[in-house]
Amino acid sequence: MTWDDFVLAFFSWQIVSEAWPILWDGLQRTILMSIMVVPLGFIGGTILALLSTVHNPWIRWPAAVWTDVFRALPPLVLLIFLYAGVPFTGLEISAWGAVAIGFFLNTGSYYGEILRAGIESVPRGQQEAARSTGLTRWQTMQYIVLPQAFRNVLPDLISNTLEVVKLTSIASVVALPELLFQARQAQSVTYNATPIVAAAVIYFILLWPMVRVLSRLENKALASRR
Amino acid sequence: MAIVEATGIHKHFGALHVLKGVDLVVEEKQLVFVIGPSGSGKSTLLRCLNRLEEPSGGAIVVDGVDMLSPRTDINKARQRIGMVFQSFNLYPHMTALGNVTLALRKVLGLGRAEAEKRGQAALDRVHLADRAGHFPGQLSGGQQQRVAIARAIALEPRVMLFDEPTSALDPELVGGVLEAMRELRQDGMTMVVVSHEMAFARAAADRVVFMADGAVVESGTPDEVFGNPQHERTKAFIGQIGRH
Repeated sequence: MTWDDFVLAFFSWQIVSEAWPILWDGLQRTILMSIMVVPLGFIGGTILALLSTVHNPWIRWPAAVWTDVFRALPPLVLLIFLYAGVPFTGLEISAWGAVAIGFFLNTGSYYGEILRAGIESVPRGQQEAARSTGLTRWQTMQYIVLPQAFRNVLPDLISNTLEVVKLTSIASVVALPELLFQARQAQSVTYNATPIVAAAVIYFILLWPMVRVLSRLENKALASRR
Repeated sequence: MAIVEATGIHKHFGALHVLKGVDLVVEEKQLVFVIGPSGSGKSTLLRCLNRLEEPSGGAIVVDGVDMLSPRTDINKARQRIGMVFQSFNLYPHMTALGNVTLALRKVLGLGRAEAEKRGQAALDRVHLADRAGHFPGQLSGGQQQRVAIARAIALEPRVMLFDEPTSALDPELVGGVLEAMRELRQDGMTMVVVSHEMAFARAAADRVVFMADGAVVESGTPDEVFGNPQHERTKAFIGQIGRH
């Protein structure tokens, strides 16, 4: 392969400009999907973390098992099962529906574990002080524990969010035309690798600012620990 | 009139029998000091009074409210019982004023302006009005503990519980906290104090209760307990403390 062939196969401007409309279409869907699944997972995680603080073992235990199961199950398997397995029961789930449910289950469990660690990192005295002034258990969670918990695990939350956005590319296997799916389409139509490279560059541009913020936060956390 | 009336309080932590039938009566405007060796159960007794610890048995009436009755709204009852902790437990993500006003707004339901007015007044009582905008991390230990006192008195409680309020402080910061407590006492606040500040107990307490092994050994005026202890345990304890 000559240098020119190499450039033509991976970095062809002509291919990029031809494929751009379809890549742009996929990028929009990737962003839309992220905007949907991140809050969904976050809400699910918050609920799981709160359930893990309940005294009643009949509530706490199922939440713990739930978290374990969906952290152990590969998200790709879960997604394919929802999209291609569940319909055998007669219940059709759309690609978007499968993504929403799958990410809620998988991502929620990860956020849940992070937030649970955050809640546990808040000293017990904080709750006692709040309860001694007459705040209810829930008010104490809302105003005292959760704000400190979120702050204590912020780097982990961002790191997980980064993983979640990257993970949206698995929606391509259930034919949801997001960025990777569209890049594959463009690649097979043009018979050229440039669209895949373009997709990688787009992911990088999308996520790099978050990576920067994350490492700044981590450095700050390290500095404050010194 | 008795503000606090605890009778026959028992507390078990698993196999440990921490309180073995403790009685404690605190009259209105009294300052009662609870002393005793560590592990004697004095902090646990204090924490039972506002049910931060659930007593295993006995009766607790605070300001006429049966604290152990299932019909009692514990969150409402706790508004009348202020508590100050050894480790201050200020909310680190809120300013001093935010610490003081949170319960005023969320428990009493006051509007922001009214809550801040009362919060400022409470901070003023502990001479920290000029620190209202500071976060706990920007305050000294003594100042933090005074903010914690302000947080409790802002709710205008009927009784204040102090759980070793100066034990976590550097010696030079103790004075300010004791001064704030002395002023509270002069304003007629009913107080129960668990502490090792014996000089303060002698000077300010109406009654001293000596506890050992989960039971009250003896109680009386400071002069009686410090000057003429009746029991061997008390004598030994006071002798030890005196040597410090």
